[in-house]
Amino acid sequence: MASSPFSNSSKSWSQRLEPFLMLVPAGLWLFLLLILPTLLIFELSLVPGIKPGDLVNPSSLVNYFKIFEPSVLWVILRSIGLSIATTLFCLILGFPVAYWIALLAPKRWQNLLLLGFVLPLWTSSLLRTYAWISILRPTGVLNTLLMILHLPTVDVMNQLPAVLVGMTYSLLPYMVLILYSSLEKIDRRLLEAAADLGAPPKDVFVNITVPQALPGIAAGVLLVFINAIGDFVNPELLGGPSSMTAARLLYSRFLGASPDWGMGSALSALLIMLVTLVIVCLIKYGDKNARAI
Amino acid sequence: MVISKANLSLRLKGIPQPVWQAWWTVLMFGFMYLPIAVLAFYSFNESAISAKWTGFSFKWYSRFFHDERILQALSDSLQVALGSVTIAAFFGTLMAVGLARYRFWGRDIYQNVVYLPLIIPDISIAVATLVFLAAMTVPLSLGTIVASHVVFCLAYVSLAVSTRINSLDSHLEEAAQDLGATPFESFRLVLLPQLYPAIISGCLLAFVCSMDDFLIASFTAGGGINTLPMEIYSRIRTNLTPDLNALSVVLIVTSSLGVLLAEFIRRQSQAKRSRV
Repeated sequence: MASSPFSNSSKSWSQRLEPFLMLVPAGLWLFLLLILPTLLIFELSLVPGIKPGDLVNPSSLVNYFKIFEPSVLWVILRSIGLSIATTLFCLILGFPVAYWIALLAPKRWQNLLLLGFVLPLWTSSLLRTYAWISILRPTGVLNTLLMILHLPTVDVMNQLPAVLVGMTYSLLPYMVLILYSSLEKIDRRLLEAAADLGAPPKDVFVNITVPQALPGIAAGVLLVFINAIGDFVNPELLGGPSSMTAARLLYSRFLGASPDWGMGSALSALLIMLVTLVIVCLIKYGDKNARAI
Repeated sequence: MVISKANLSLRLKGIPQPVWQAWWTVLMFGFMYLPIAVLAFYSFNESAISAKWTGFSFKWYSRFFHDERILQALSDSLQVALGSVTIAAFFGTLMAVGLARYRFWGRDIYQNVVYLPLIIPDISIAVATLVFLAAMTVPLSLGTIVASHVVFCLAYVSLAVSTRINSLDSHLEEAAQDLGATPFESFRLVLLPQLYPAIISGCLLAFVCSMDDFLIASFTAGGGINTLPMEIYSRIRTNLTPDLNALSVVLIVTSSLGVLLAEFIRRQSQAKRSRV
């Protein structure tokens, strides 16, 4: 896609201007509405103001100390734990689905099956969470069914299990999509050859399928974890007051009853750093893995 | 556990076999569609509160179609999504082509910044945008939602377009330029027609994400502006929910038709390409 090599001498001013016309509008947009705001958050996180409009004091780490108060630290740890649990659930529930669609289902159905599985993603995420409220609330679908079957009812609404169900439900299609695209690339002849040479199915799976799917697994884990840690809607609507998460705390520090932009900025900065750390770790791990193979 | 010789030989004959993964997939399909089935069930149910069937009714649909607030919110959302997707389609395509065509200092940084919105949590972007707009004393309005939605729409459009450009034959464009086309002509007449499917699929994804965004919109919306997700959220919060069931079914049916249409177009264009 290089420009023609021998047009250098005869470049008109409009041709010289072209790269700028192509790259500057979007670049300026991203600079103004993504880079500058993010830098501003990092700057604000170092300013110990309590509410917007307060006098700006010299920089300090007061806002970060607030994060390491036990109550806030618990919220962050709960967020991380919830995200890890969601990621594991998505991987365990999603892998067999992706495996079946990619390697075992009839070829001409694959696209349709995958499309069907991720179709719920194209509907409003708030309404899907609302549907889970209808299912899980004390007089909801789940308990009505349990009562008809004369089983004891469960009370999970406004507690962590409900959040876990909602988050897993929201992120499972992403996991399946990514796992599918990596499993689909596996050379089936390898699997067949191993089976023909007498390898037990378990060995084929552990020694051939999983290693080849590893980059896909890493990508899926990354995507689900990142989305889980930033999820606001599911914890807020399904979790009730007991399952405060970092994203909810962040929201309330800006739009809640007692705003604290400084502390909120520090929390936001921490969230961004956490996500970056996870990405760097996985890329490092991926590199090491690539070198080992 | 997974593949036995018997399974393989059956599969080679093209006969689907009921392995446990197949049953698991059926189960997970059930999990994915359960909430949607529940919403549909309630939308036709006479009583909005009871979890039991109390009789068939269309009243929630007629109420929904006369609900001024929801229709207003839908119109706000459509304006935001159409506005931001149009801007992102235009600038995003130019940017993706520019990034593929030119080598310059900072190109890698530029490239990474474009995808940043897909990595940074929405809540962090929303907060940052609010703080920035407040610092610049920009009054919040419908326009500020559009401006902030363009940021992530650009990522989706340029992701789709860049992937497509990488799979294209760059010699076609060079040939056109050798035959006397200016770079702009070769862009418009040779490259752009090949990029349309990618631009459309990127825009579709961006459109859905914009219609679905609650966080960024609620941080950047001016007074009186209420997008559909904001309206849905406030109704769930205040338990004013009966109309939501009908709304969900309408949205699900529309977006499913949209997805199926897109898939149909994709298959058509693939078939056309393979015939050429």
